[in-house]
Amino acid sequence: MRRNAPALVAVAVAALFFALLPFGLSDYHRGLAASVAVYLIAILGLNVLTGYTGQISIGHGAFMAIGGYTTAIMSHYHNTNLILTLPLAFVITFGCGVLVGLPALRLSGVYLALATFALAVSIPQLPLKFSKFTGGSAGISASKSVSNSWLYGVSWSTAAIAFLFTWLVLRGRTGRAFRAIRDSEVAATSSGVTLAIYKTLAFGVSAALAGVAGSLFVLATNGFAQPNEFSVTLSLKILVGAAVAGLGSLWGVLLGAAFIALLPTLSASAPLIGSAHGQDVVFGLFVIVVMILLPTGVAGLIPRLRRLRVKA
Amino acid sequence: MVELARKLPLPQRRFPASPVLLLLAAACIFLTVESLRSTIFAQLTVAGVATGVVYGSLALALVLIYRATEVINFAQGEMAMAMVYVAYQLTLWGLAYWEAFFLTLAIAFVFGVVTQRVFIRPVQGRSVIAVVIVTVGLFILIDGLVEWKWSANQRFMQAPFGNKIYHLGNVPIARQDLGTIVITLISVSALWAFFRFTKLGLGMRAGALRPAAARLVGVRTNALLAVGWGLAAVLGAVAGLMTEPAEYVLQPTLMQPVLLYAFAAAVLGGLESPGGALVGGIALGIFLNLLPSHSWGFVTSALELPVAFAALLVVLLIKPTGLFGHRTVRKV
Repeated sequence: MRRNAPALVAVAVAALFFALLPFGLSDYHRGLAASVAVYLIAILGLNVLTGYTGQISIGHGAFMAIGGYTTAIMSHYHNTNLILTLPLAFVITFGCGVLVGLPALRLSGVYLALATFALAVSIPQLPLKFSKFTGGSAGISASKSVSNSWLYGVSWSTAAIAFLFTWLVLRGRTGRAFRAIRDSEVAATSSGVTLAIYKTLAFGVSAALAGVAGSLFVLATNGFAQPNEFSVTLSLKILVGAAVAGLGSLWGVLLGAAFIALLPTLSASAPLIGSAHGQDVVFGLFVIVVMILLPTGVAGLIPRLRRLRVKA
Repeated sequence: MVELARKLPLPQRRFPASPVLLLLAAACIFLTVESLRSTIFAQLTVAGVATGVVYGSLALALVLIYRATEVINFAQGEMAMAMVYVAYQLTLWGLAYWEAFFLTLAIAFVFGVVTQRVFIRPVQGRSVIAVVIVTVGLFILIDGLVEWKWSANQRFMQAPFGNKIYHLGNVPIARQDLGTIVITLISVSALWAFFRFTKLGLGMRAGALRPAAARLVGVRTNALLAVGWGLAAVLGAVAGLMTEPAEYVLQPTLMQPVLLYAFAAAVLGGLESPGGALVGGIALGIFLNLLPSHSWGFVTSALELPVAFAALLVVLLIKPTGLFGHRTVRKV
């Protein structure tokens, strides 16, 4: 308990901060802050799979699409309560994640990266094919839209629950099994970790979190689920966010999420290049520089600082 | 122990596994027979080969870099796209198309070398994920730079081959398709000759195969990695310049679908096999061209990508290292 004390204090301070934050924000900024929470959940999900289990995925936008469409379709056709669609998205994308995880057992490294990339490309095309049910390229909307304050409250509460859930999954036996697989599959097997079960479980949990993020993502875009919102770029963004946050650690996730949610907006008014195209230049350059300078992401700074303190 | 894990390639086989060869032979026979029976089928097949060689050459660029460094360059397509814009700018300045073409290839080489030196070298040898993310960053960066300089508006370039159509029997063949196939095959053969016959090329192969041993006998592997990136950029530029006339317009998203198909082609052929990448590209090109008219109306343009990737997944599940890939035995 005493060892975890700083972490607990940090969590409490963060919770207080995010509970009080909306009172100091304009409506627009509340929406923006909510999108940070959405990315946070997605990055948590990717971190479980890529950071802790060592299975690279460039396809998490696809799971977000599935979650998002679940929310939009349930609300559109059955008028389901929007909050109830979140656990539903969780369950459905968990199933999808397990289904993807099964063939992924045969692939590893670069091949897995490309297979999941294929997923990210293919899934957003499906609503176009079955356009009668899903509204095609115009998209499908939830039966009602929500205010930015509602969105802020729900996204950050969900993010808190997701964080707690991830922490609980990762701290015990399951988390140890995940890390063992990441570090060496052979060693993990020989110490009694069943690869097939834990790998598919990691895929399921990871996809489920991405699915919930996708639901909130749809609610944040006026309740509209559109195929091009879930393009490959979204998957790449989440991967970038997870890398900036630091794979294999939960503490940087907030900064990673803020990075991908806010940097494009902030850099839109970049000096020199101008508003229209500045954001890609700054974003791309920043990603590269962060990766070169901070190989372990922002989270990697914490142990480094700690080491400095010990020396001093 | 894990750090000591070494990859031991199986004894080199000169040819891919015989089932794969049989499959390819069967496919060739099928295509020939059907082409002889139906003019439209023949026409679609030739057009498919033309798009396929373009996928193949970009896939080859990916394979070139993967073999040397085990890195997948997600920015390969955007680098090619940027080079097409350079060629466009050169023609605007008054150069003839083919002058601009060759000048662009030279610029592409320098661009590739500089990219490797500045962006890739600092993360070389780190985890796969780190390098992948740097190339993703490059993807976004190049996109932004191109839109900044040339805007996202559609541009038009002069067509290199005109729109003449030849007739072979009663099968019409566009001069452009023929030109694409010839130019791509020339650049691929030039590359093959470079790796086969020049000292530099042999050095690069040695560096890719056994880096430590190559360094011991005096090959400057690090410098050669940059040359590899340069060559890949040149090959990509060729693919880009051959894609542009097929798409009729030039815009920043030009190479994105091509890159996706090039990924598929490279994986299909097994990421380590240059010949496989080319064969994979051509197979994919033909497959995608024939699919809409031979799937009973089910596969529309919306389903082309998913179907291409579903096919890819099936191949991967049956043969996890692609059609021409070697299994590597890992010793712990």
